[in-house]
Amino acid sequence: MAVGGVGVWKLLLRGVRCLLIFLFVGLFKIEVSGLRYEVDGVGILNGVDARLPAGEVLGVVGPSGAGKSTLLRAVNRLIEPTAGEVYLDGVATGTMDPLELRRRVGMVFQLPALFGESVEEAMLYGARLAGKEVSVGRLLRMVGLEEAMAEREPGSLSVGQQQRVSIARALALEPEALLMDEPTSALDEAARNRIEDLVRELNRTLGLAVMFVSHDLAQVKRIASRVVLILDGKSEGEWGVEEFFSGSVGDRAGHFISGGH
Amino acid sequence: MDNLGTLSSALLALGLVAVAVALSLYERLDLERDIGTAVVRSFVQLSAVGFVITFVFGLKNLGYVALLLGGMVCFAGWTSSRRAGGVPGAFPVALFAIGVAAVATLGLLVILQVVPPTARYLVPLGGMVVGNSMNTASLTLTRIREDLGSRRLEVEAALSLGATSRQAVSTILKRSLKSAMIPLIDSTKTAGIVFLPGAMAGMIIGGADPIEAVRLQIVVLYMLLGSVSIAAILVGLLSYRSFFTPRHQLRASLLKR
Repeated sequence: MAVGGVGVWKLLLRGVRCLLIFLFVGLFKIEVSGLRYEVDGVGILNGVDARLPAGEVLGVVGPSGAGKSTLLRAVNRLIEPTAGEVYLDGVATGTMDPLELRRRVGMVFQLPALFGESVEEAMLYGARLAGKEVSVGRLLRMVGLEEAMAEREPGSLSVGQQQRVSIARALALEPEALLMDEPTSALDEAARNRIEDLVRELNRTLGLAVMFVSHDLAQVKRIASRVVLILDGKSEGEWGVEEFFSGSVGDRAGHFISGGH
Repeated sequence: MDNLGTLSSALLALGLVAVAVALSLYERLDLERDIGTAVVRSFVQLSAVGFVITFVFGLKNLGYVALLLGGMVCFAGWTSSRRAGGVPGAFPVALFAIGVAAVATLGLLVILQVVPPTARYLVPLGGMVVGNSMNTASLTLTRIREDLGSRRLEVEAALSLGATSRQAVSTILKRSLKSAMIPLIDSTKTAGIVFLPGAMAGMIIGGADPIEAVRLQIVVLYMLLGSVSIAAILVGLLSYRSFFTPRHQLRASLLKR
């Protein structure tokens, strides 16, 4: 079957690429190095280092206003950092075409912000701009929605369903990594659990690397394999998730974990 | 009727302004200062322009007409860019848009011999074109900034999906253009029913044949529609860029004010 053949080639190419990247660059899908971002002389990010290994979920935690969202926006260049650099597969993103970068690194926001007359239109927005053929049914199934929803108006869906459409919208571009900015903070518990399941599943089945901002430490514990802590715009350190929650992480981090923020 | 032309009649009309000021004071609308400024400025400016137009008519040289219209365009561009405070580069954008709108519509009218190329036609018609284009330019600029602010999430979502700034802003642009043009479109639709447009009213009061007044008014309305569309579209297409960096990033700091 022709389609299957293409799929195999794609997988093979992806494997070869991963191997080359592994050999020459190291394991990191995304590496943030000494990132600073200032607005009118006020520092929002004051030196952030973070690394997202390929195929892992990095939880970005810290008190509100610490710069977590700003960090994500700098990673796919929705804002231009004042200093420092973000590397994608070892390539400085500052030298990349921002549109190309954003297609390779998808983003999911706190609120879905869908546009278009139908779920299908909303879901295919980016793919159509990129001239990419996508199966609507497959995408909807991937995020756990029924195919019949394609014709519905986006506003008629629950917020949880809309958020899944917005994840599907990012997935339509077949990104190598996904940035998620508190994607469940506007959802009820049931919808939140389903999104968490979805993130775990995407990470497992597609090997998708995810950078997940959350103010909810319990959530980070459930889905992340690594954690970076941001305090006052500075990265305080990076840990494996068990290590982070084991308590042996230093005073400032320990203070944050114990709810002192 | 003779009284209408004299200064005393203008002073009598000022009595009507007193009503507006009284209302403002009574209802604490805080408009009396603005009304006062408007009254004094319009008196001084209109008197001055009366002398300027008389002077230009006497010169019989179209170069001076062009100079006068050029001055109007500059002033309109400046006013419009000030209205849209906080949009960087608004002045050249508004200047260009209003200028092109004026040259295109007046030029077309002259080339098609709808109006003769004399100061008597070009100065008042030019004034109308420039004035209306100015209002539209201000409205478009303000609307784009407001809509970008209120729909920032959508714009950034579109950018994050690989849209260019032009693509990300396209629905906002459409809406801003629409809302900037709707006042004129509506008044054109209702012309003759709800109100008698200014030029026509003036000609009829001045003693002209109503049919001739209507002919000129139709020309004026179409001219205004044309120039306002040109101004709105140019402002829209040129000004959205100042809200984005060349790397398709929204300059969020411009939206807060």
